[in-house]
Order: sequence, then structure tokens, then C-alpha cells
Amino acid sequence: MKQYFLFLYESPGLSPGVSPEEMQQIIARYVAWREDVAAKGHMLGGQKLRDGEGRVIRGAQEKSSVTDGPFAEAKEVIAGFFHIQAAGYDQAVEIARTCPHLEFGTIEVREVEPTG
Amino acid sequence: MRPGEHGAAGEMVDHLFRRQHAPILGALVRMLGSSHLALAEECVQDAFVRALQTWPFHGIPPNPAAWLTLVAKRRAFDRLRRRAPAPVKGEVAAPPASELSLGDDTLELIFLCCHPMLPPDAQLALTLRSVAGLSTSEIARAFLAPESTVAQRIVRAKRTIQESRLSFDVPFDAQLAPRLHSVCRVLYLMFNEGYSASSGERTLREDLCAEAVRLALLLTRNPATARPFVHALAALFCLQAARLPARVGGAGDLLTLESQDRSLWDAGLTAAGFHHLSRAAAGEELTSWHIEAEIASLHAGAPTFADTDWSRMASAYEALAALQPSPVVTLSRAVAVSYSQSPAAALALLAPVAEDPALARYHLYPAVLADLHARSGRSAVASAHLRRALALAPTAPERELLARRLALLP
Repeated sequence: MKQYFLFLYESPGLSPGVSPEEMQQIIARYVAWREDVAAKGHMLGGQKLRDGEGRVIRGAQEKSSVTDGPFAEAKEVIAGFFHIQAAGYDQAVEIARTCPHLEFGTIEVREVEPTG
Repeated sequence: MRPGEHGAAGEMVDHLFRRQHAPILGALVRMLGSSHLALAEECVQDAFVRALQTWPFHGIPPNPAAWLTLVAKRRAFDRLRRRAPAPVKGEVAAPPASELSLGDDTLELIFLCCHPMLPPDAQLALTLRSVAGLSTSEIARAFLAPESTVAQRIVRAKRTIQESRLSFDVPFDAQLAPRLHSVCRVLYLMFNEGYSASSGERTLREDLCAEAVRLALLLTRNPATARPFVHALAALFCLQAARLPARVGGAGDLLTLESQDRSLWDAGLTAAGFHHLSRAAAGEELTSWHIEAEIASLHAGAPTFADTDWSRMASAYEALAALQPSPVVTLSRAVAVSYSQSPAAALALLAPVAEDPALARYHLYPAVLADLHARSGRSAVASAHLRRALALAPTAPERELLARRLALLP
């Protein structure tokens, strides 16, 4: 099995006027997806990245500067990621394709370079 | 809160977000003061959005309801800290001694939303938004009303609450009964809007009924609000809601009371209805809800349509007409009389209301006339009335039902 990170761009379901009931339904779909992927032995973990702030560091050692950012457009910001394992890119993409997030934003699939 | 509302670890019960809206909002309004209803709603919304953004990645926390409450409260504290401290402090103080705490934030929120200072349509819209946790778009879809109209009503109601500094606390004793009546009227409108098949999305409408049932039962469980007329209202809702599963046939077609499969009626709700009906009889006061609940109980207690106690039904409608005269009640009374006596007696009863403008555009009036004439062997007259009913019926399922009846005429 190889390991993959699915980077999810944009936050789920944030259209104006979405009702509490609809929010719950959106969450339930992600959770069902996550559980399904986990039940098949592919899910290794997932984390949400904090919205609205970040730090960008440039330059080595004492020359380094720290700036707030990245202040890119919402669609260029990573909202969170899932860590999965799969036989290869084909299977990793298959798993990502079934993620409800694709209704709200894009998913980038990257294979982890094995250390050995 | 119902037992099991929190759900098992990491699970969400059905409608958790919608159901949690009122208790969390109620707690925040208590904290911030009722003039900050709009701010409190923003904090609840923020908590829901935070859940929406994080739960998909982290999974559902072990106690989702507690998580939402905590996040909403933190948000409210943050907002308070950022405000000037003076004006808010006074409002957090204990309520004046003349007012009563129901010990239930949801109930107190209903009382605020149904405040007599607000016009009835605003009370209803605000209750649906703040207590039932529906979005303006869902309310608009349920009522077939423009979303902007619904939003306007809610905004104006909130402004009235803020400007008049309406109290979140429930009035004590003498003032409680009239305020409770206004709460019950709103729940009655909510239930009827959901129950009538005249407009809107079906699942949303059934949700409206379920919410009205839930809130009425909540009122019956609090000693301060469990008055006999509240039990009457709860009985009416339970007995009516029990029939919901049988109202629609396999093909999505509407079924009349006569053609419903009574084994599909919800036995649990029916039993609850009879329980509340017996509790409703405790007081001196006789409300229209008492009589309507009795009418519903006569249907619920009849094993078949033919077994219905039509003479008690006719008396009940007569009592209702005396208490609350309306041509629509007379129409229902005529139907009961047509079975307890004869279609001719029913037609005689309807003669005085023939010209009533309230019936002029009401499709069930010609539909009933058609039925009475058909049962008297006058097919041609019946057919003419059915055609008129068809032209007036507001929804496709109702038109289909009338068309089927028209096709069955000899």
C-alpha cells in the first residue's frame, strides 16, 4: 500500500442561507464517506487547517522573514486534508472521486514519497 | 431535551442541528439579554458553521450537542468582551421578582417569539426561524411565500423585540394564561400549515407538524404551562398527526378519510392523543382546541369510516360553530349531519352560507356539495359542482383526487 494525501481546497458547504438541517446533512455525508473509506482500510487520518491565518517564512536563518499569509483567494486555500492508503494513484483517485467535497471545492491527490 | 438527544458517542441524531437551535439560542438570549436576539442568533449560526467546517475532517465529537453549545457560548463571550461592558451588564442581572423562569430556555424562547407586541404572522415566522430552527428559505418553501417576505417579517420582528426591549422572562400568573394562548395559537398555525395539503413541499410540511407536536408536548411537560387547553392542543396535534402516514397512497395520491388504510395510523401518537385529551378535561375552560381534539378523537376511535359516531361528530361541530362561527366549520358540520341524518339535512344546513364570500373560492365547498348531491342520486348536479371544485383546487394532488371522483360518477 502507498500513502496519499488528499488536500481539500475551499470549506464545505458555505453558501449563504444554508439551514441548520442542510448543514447537518452535509456533515453526515462527509462522515459517511470517511467511515466508508475507513471500513475498507484506506483511512489513516484527517485534519482541518485553521481558516483565515497562516505564516509564510522566507530566507534561511537570521535572514528569514515571517509574513502573514497566504492571503490567496478562498479557492486557493487548503481547508484541510485526509491521509489515506491505496494500491496506487488509480485507487487513490477513485477514493477521492467519491468524496462529497467535490461539490464545494477541488481535491488535490499527492502520493507520499516512500522513505525506504 | 428528549432522552437520547445527545446520541451515542460521535453520532448525530436526526434533526440534531434543527433541534439544538432553540435550546442553544435560548441559553444565549438569557446570557446576552433579549434585546440581543439577533447577536445571539449569529453566535448559534457561527457554532453551526464551525461544526460544518471541522466535523467533516475530525469526525463528530462525542457529545455533539454539548460541543455546539460550548462553541456558541464562547462566541457570545468573545462578542461581549469586544463590546463596551456597561450596557450589557445590567441585562445579565437576575430577572425581576414578578417574572417566572420556566427553567427551560426553549420554552422561554417560544414565549419571546410569540410576544403579543408582534403581529401574528411575525410571531409565526420568528418561531419557525428561532425555535424550530428552519431557514428563511425553508419557511418560504413551506408557505409558498417569497423568501424576501419571510426574511422581512423576521427582521422586523427582531427589531421590535430589540427596540421595545421585550422581556425574555415569562410573565407570572395572571399574565401567563393570555401569553400562553398566544404561544398555542402560533403552534396551531404551524401545525395547520404543515397539515393542510394546499401548498409547499411535503417533507417540509410534515416537519412543521412534527415540530408543532414536539413543542406542544414540551409545554405539557412543564408544570407552569401544562394547562388543560395546552393538553387539548397536544391531543389535537397527536391525533391528527397519527393519520399523516395514511394520507398519501402508493402513487403519491391523496386519500380521503374514507379511503385511508386505518392500520397505518400511528398507534403511539393516537394513544398519546387520548392521554392528553383526558388531561384536557380537567379545567373549567372550554376552548375550540378541546372541541377540535374531541372531533379528532371520534375519527381516531372509529375502526372504520362507517363506524364513526356521526351524531356525536355533528354535535361537536355544532358546539364548535357556536364557539367559533365560520362557514368552514358549518361545512364540516354538514358533512357529519349528512351521515348522522341525511344528505338532504346537510344541504338544508348549508343553504344559509351559500352566498358566503369565504366559501366562494374554497374548493372543498363545491366538493362537499357534489358528494351530497351524488349520494342523493343527482349525478348531473354533482358533476357540475365537482367541475367547479376542480377549477378551484390549489394543488395537483387535490385536482387528481377530484378528477378520480368525477370519473366515478354514474
